[in-house]
Amino acid sequence: MITSIKGGEKAIDASHQLLSKRRRGDPNVAQLSVEQIREQLSLAVDRVMNEGSLYDPTLAALAIKQAEGDLIEAIYLLRAYRSTIPRFGFTLPLDTASMIVRRRISTTHKDVPGGQFLGPTYDYTHRLIDFALLDGCDDEDGLPLPDSDQVEDLHLHHDAGFISRTGLVEEELPDDSQEVADITRSPLTFPSTRDQRLQNLVRGDEGFLMALCYSTMRGYGRNHPYVAEMRHGDVSVVMEIPEIDLEAGIGTVQITECRTIHLTVGKSETPPRYTRGYGLLFGHSERKALSVAVVDRALRGAEFGEERRYPAQDEEFVLSHSDSVAASGLVQHLKLPHYVDFQAEQQLLRRLREDYDKRASEALAKENDDA
Amino acid sequence: MSDTPVLPATDCHAAASRPQWMTLLAETPPAEIERHWKVLPRPTFTWIRRPELGSAMVRGRASGTGAQFNLGDVTVTRCTLQLSTGEIGVSYVMGRNKRHAALSALFDAMLQREKSTGETIVCGAIAAMMELRDRRRRQILDDTRSSKVDFTMLSPGGAEQ
Repeated sequence: MITSIKGGEKAIDASHQLLSKRRRGDPNVAQLSVEQIREQLSLAVDRVMNEGSLYDPTLAALAIKQAEGDLIEAIYLLRAYRSTIPRFGFTLPLDTASMIVRRRISTTHKDVPGGQFLGPTYDYTHRLIDFALLDGCDDEDGLPLPDSDQVEDLHLHHDAGFISRTGLVEEELPDDSQEVADITRSPLTFPSTRDQRLQNLVRGDEGFLMALCYSTMRGYGRNHPYVAEMRHGDVSVVMEIPEIDLEAGIGTVQITECRTIHLTVGKSETPPRYTRGYGLLFGHSERKALSVAVVDRALRGAEFGEERRYPAQDEEFVLSHSDSVAASGLVQHLKLPHYVDFQAEQQLLRRLREDYDKRASEALAKENDDA
Repeated sequence: MSDTPVLPATDCHAAASRPQWMTLLAETPPAEIERHWKVLPRPTFTWIRRPELGSAMVRGRASGTGAQFNLGDVTVTRCTLQLSTGEIGVSYVMGRNKRHAALSALFDAMLQREKSTGETIVCGAIAAMMELRDRRRRQILDDTRSSKVDFTMLSPGGAEQ
């Protein structure tokens, strides 16, 4: 039970001041600008935008600054802001095939049409601390490449059709017959639908989803994934402009898209094949996109007649506990005053203790009598 | 910009349709639009809807091709205005920059105006923005291409596959 507690206003004000003071750090060190965070801590910004469910790099950077780098706190700030602004509408589905590709790999098809590009990735770094960065030297790889006036095709060929070309992989065909669920407007229902799940997973906590993905790989609901494609780049956001009944772009977003395929023998009436998992995230978020794709597939078990035995396969467990804002709210409320609850519980405990003591002394008396 | 292509009126206006120039204006950094705005003759206009801030829910498709789902919101600023000559300019641009939305709507209205007058001043600005967008994209793709990778498999005999 939550009971309101009065008092502490002065202390709370002082606490806010201490917070600002700590946020500023040593005043002899230059203050961090929101632009610096946005440009130089972009992966933190991307995480906050995904879980905060709002693409706005400047606002996400501001939230990170305000939260002193506590990303879960920053996510909460962004979510709260999002709920205060009106929604003008819904965009058309992103056309990820027309992405301006920054990175693209396939771990299953080495000669993937359009080619593979490592782009910026930590995958092939030595993971040794680079002391050159400590001195404020520019990272050599960060220098801009010379301008080129090469008139080449602006789009790489990046249709993902190569995955299902052989007929061994499940096809995903457009189906616009159903209204698209929106978990920000109507609560989740069980059994859930794939659109509800994908939306929930994008907003879900990266650590939680990665742990679930890891659990399936270690045997708690085996569904061995291959990354058929991981890509990252820029995509136009297109919306129907209601005033003029025309579709027009409103800007571009950076996204990460992960397609996993999973060997599925499944039911006897369907042919053995590869089934799919999918992760689509804002920004450059490969670890999360991969985790989302594998958990998406794990939660599709019912479609393929798989027994639900482990946490990653249990939609109620996964979807109800994925949200860091909800989780953090309930966990952290434990720090608020619970005096009334505690007193009530103590009274109960005293009564139980009296009962226990009475029974114990009776038992002792009985033992003595018997002896 | 010195390399702004000077196109004959018909070509210039044929190069971009209304959705195309609206898209381009939304994707162009506000500072760039501002640079063109500085040298344009100022039209008189009235607001129909002053710049206002909101969001749009971005959708995706499962595996990129399947059923739709909601990915997350983007911030959007929109406005509507009318030139004294009657043309109505509309803008929806990602982000929270009201100036960006206002200039986009003005350019939208001025471009419609030019279509009827046959002038090419604003249209020339659009051509320059298009050129710059292509250059930005080319830069990204050049960077990407520099990290092209060919994985080869080696069989026990040493032959590549």
